[in-house]
Amino acid sequence: MWIRRPDDIKSSEITDEQLYVDRRRFLVAAGILGASGVGLLACNSDAHGSSDGDVATDAAQQPEDKLNTYEQITSYNNFYEFGTDKEDPKDNSAGFHPMPWTVRVEGLCKKPGDYHFDDLIKPHKIVDRTYRLRCVEAWSLVIPWQGIPLGEMIRRFEPEPSAKYVAFTTVFRPNEMPGQRRPVLQWPYIEGLRMDEAMNDLTLMATGLYGKPLPNQDGAPIRLIVPWKYGFKGIKSIVKIAFVDKQPETTWNIAAPGEYGFYANVNPEVDHPRWSQATERRIGEFRRRRTLMFNGYGEQVASMYSGMDLRKNY
Amino acid sequence: MLTRLKPVAFTLCLAPALLLAWNFWGVTHNRPEALGAEPVREAEVFTGLWTLRFLAITLAVTPVRELLGIGALARYRRMFGLFTFFYACIHLSMWVGVDWFFDWRAMGGEIAKHKYILIGMTTFVLLTPLALTSTKGSVRRLGGARWARLHRLIYVCAITGTVHYLWAVKKDTLFPLVYLFVFVVLLGFRLWERYVGPLRLRGRRASRAADRPSVLTDVATAKTRAIGDAK
Repeated sequence: MWIRRPDDIKSSEITDEQLYVDRRRFLVAAGILGASGVGLLACNSDAHGSSDGDVATDAAQQPEDKLNTYEQITSYNNFYEFGTDKEDPKDNSAGFHPMPWTVRVEGLCKKPGDYHFDDLIKPHKIVDRTYRLRCVEAWSLVIPWQGIPLGEMIRRFEPEPSAKYVAFTTVFRPNEMPGQRRPVLQWPYIEGLRMDEAMNDLTLMATGLYGKPLPNQDGAPIRLIVPWKYGFKGIKSIVKIAFVDKQPETTWNIAAPGEYGFYANVNPEVDHPRWSQATERRIGEFRRRRTLMFNGYGEQVASMYSGMDLRKNY
Repeated sequence: MLTRLKPVAFTLCLAPALLLAWNFWGVTHNRPEALGAEPVREAEVFTGLWTLRFLAITLAVTPVRELLGIGALARYRRMFGLFTFFYACIHLSMWVGVDWFFDWRAMGGEIAKHKYILIGMTTFVLLTPLALTSTKGSVRRLGGARWARLHRLIYVCAITGTVHYLWAVKKDTLFPLVYLFVFVVLLGFRLWERYVGPLRLRGRRASRAADRPSVLTDVATAKTRAIGDAK
């Protein structure tokens, strides 16, 4: 029997066109951000005190960072709420309704309350941030996010000086999230950051990628991005932000305390019992590449951990 | 009937490998998404799972043959066993050649550091002599009893192979546990036959006293029967 050739050539042509538009957007974003020392392109600059034009030693040995496609970013996801296979979130998230959405802000702050999604977003300017995302499973992506720096948002809620940590909670909707019907993890998913980590300029509350609203499988409508930490710190579909004085519990740490710590900073020198962290595979590439300390964002974040034993505080 | 179906069965056994090759070709040519976003991982998982499936099929031959009294099934066992090894070989070469690109030092470190890789390697090492001694000549050279004793390593492989899968999985252990259950049933059949008595649903109903062979002689007679059938 002659099986009709799938028409994926056509669709890839469409993707290319889309990519072309997005790539231009990326170049603009990266250029602006690069100049301010925040963006992807600036992240590899080394400790030699080299000027902007120089290529860092690390970066020279490393293949260039290229944007992953929208297709890759939206079809290879760890979002156990929709199932544990990488394709599950894409396949099982169509019935999820991210709107209307309310985020509860509570704890040690002067402006607690229930914030409707629009009220949460409106006062801020949406910024473009292209970051590497390094999963603890030793694969990585480069993703052009849009969102609001978490620090800006936090300032609005006026946290008390006693607030030392920020705790986040994912929505719990087993009727829309089939993965939550099995106790693979303790639901709802919870995560947390130290206050200085939350206020760091890199930390982003993402609301979109590739110029589109966040797809359900990527954590619609609002998720956390902490690019120097393993991906599981980037809690998705957030419904609660709480200011607390003690280090909050985190889901993967509860599930396997010996494997996933609170800090979860990308660290090629500290191996996970299951995956060596020295190398990673960029989605779309065959060869492994070296993993960079703090995922290559050391310049912006390393000082927060000076004096800490990163082997103990994994 | 079963003899004539053997080429069909052979082709079916080869199908997953052909599908993988076809998809790999697709990834490098006209279908970049043929193996998902992470083709290397997909190929490793795919071949690993087929290794375990063929291991289960191999171990199911004797129970099915005895329960249903289909003696001719015995001549399929070697083929299934060799396909188990075939998929194990692809699985390992994916890891060595594609995943780690022959970086022997890094792979050495991986084996030493990660117990799921160590036990996977162990399984491969245990499978190798079974594949090498799968010929009729080997049975003759080793003698039926010794050959059968050596080939009981397959039971160890079933367990270590499943543990390899179980340890490789991050959190959701449902599927590894399903495989484990299947192997426990298949090994349980042998223990039952050994310590309780023969299990028959239909076919030859032997007298209890005579037909209570040890696993060893059972395997040995099965093998001789298989050789006899093949002639």
